[in-house]
Amino acid sequence: MLPIVNLGPLALPLPGLLLIGGVWLATLTIDREAGRRQLSANPLNNLVFIGLIGGILGARLGYVLRHIDAYVNVLPDVFSLNTSTMSLGDGLLAGSIAALIYAQRRDLPLWTTLDAFTPSLALFSIFVGFSHLASGDAYGAPTSLPWALQLWGAARHPSQVYEIAAALLLFCIVSRLKLVAPFPGFLFLTFIAASAAGRVFLEAFRGDSEIVFGGVRSVQLLGLTVLLLGLFGLHLLAKDARTMKAES
Amino acid sequence: MHFTMQRIVPFMRDRKRWTAFTALVMLLGVAWTGASMVSDAEISSAGIAIPQEGFLAPDFELDTLDGAAVSLTALRGRVVVVNLWASWCPPCRAEMPALQALYEEFAAQDLVVLGVNMTYQDSAAEAIAFAGELGLTFPISFDRSGEVARSYGMRALPSTYFVDPGGVIRRVIIGGPLNEATLRSIVMDLLEEAQ
Repeated sequence: MLPIVNLGPLALPLPGLLLIGGVWLATLTIDREAGRRQLSANPLNNLVFIGLIGGILGARLGYVLRHIDAYVNVLPDVFSLNTSTMSLGDGLLAGSIAALIYAQRRDLPLWTTLDAFTPSLALFSIFVGFSHLASGDAYGAPTSLPWALQLWGAARHPSQVYEIAAALLLFCIVSRLKLVAPFPGFLFLTFIAASAAGRVFLEAFRGDSEIVFGGVRSVQLLGLTVLLLGLFGLHLLAKDARTMKAES
Repeated sequence: MHFTMQRIVPFMRDRKRWTAFTALVMLLGVAWTGASMVSDAEISSAGIAIPQEGFLAPDFELDTLDGAAVSLTALRGRVVVVNLWASWCPPCRAEMPALQALYEEFAAQDLVVLGVNMTYQDSAAEAIAFAGELGLTFPISFDRSGEVARSYGMRALPSTYFVDPGGVIRRVIIGGPLNEATLRSIVMDLLEEAQ
């Protein structure tokens, strides 16, 4: 775990830097993916930019609205650089809505666009894993296995290493599949379904799961739902692809 | 790979075979989810005292500016904001008025703001002078031996820990300065939960 890197007088938060680095590298791969799919790269890069801005604004706005009592007398405090006053869920929602509005206005084809982003998402997931490793978040359940990691007062599953390994594997699969994807949406939905399956599997080794219904890890329920939707979506798109082919 | 793709698309289109495949995958997933069920007690990190969100706040006992001793376990049952600071640290100085305002606003609701001066790398005289200059009235304690800095793995100043009435660290914010709204929003959540 190396949450803070001291560089002279600067205390750099490594987990955050890894995420920023991940976003940067992920956006670099977009141009190539756009070319492969006869999409223009500019709107895709704009989409990411608009999604990020919308996400950041939405995350802060969501947090402020949920804690409006705390802000009433000190409204300028809304403009703080502190990342702890952001609501992740609201940010994701706002970022997605902003990106969706932009995509619609620019008439971007939904599934092809999502496919173009998939290698970037797969790459970014690897960085999320390393960010967890640096911060010690997403830590594992205690275990006596020989490869246990001494962390947070116990010998634990190195859940962050499992996460990185799964992300690397998925990135390799996506890198192969993108060359042979048979219809628009195949790459994206396969990635989503496989990610969900991976989360359902790996969540079992986590030591910080949220528990619902007296023992079920909530992330697994969410993962199973996403997996089911992904598999169903693949079926629908595969059927559509045949119809489109028959029509043309 | 191309060969596989030629076979996978008809497979995906075939409602019966794809449904069977989906059912199998879901069955495995549900079985795994069932097998990995845990109780709240198993998953909770209770009992382990480390300076990390979700774990017990490491205990300490220090003497304070007004001469009394303060220990963290004695404050169980109340929401505690532990702020590690030093008088030579500009962001620490900058956030002190916000901490004072927080203390004044919520002291009646059983909030404890506890400043822990890193006296082992500061000086008690400087700390006292600084507290007087800003008119700080919340308790200021002195970590003369570096005991708290060690048990909290202090990496940067200021470091702020939000401890719930059960003694569990709920939020850690390394660095600052924290503004009033940030402090209030976190503390209000914890106070509301404690009611």
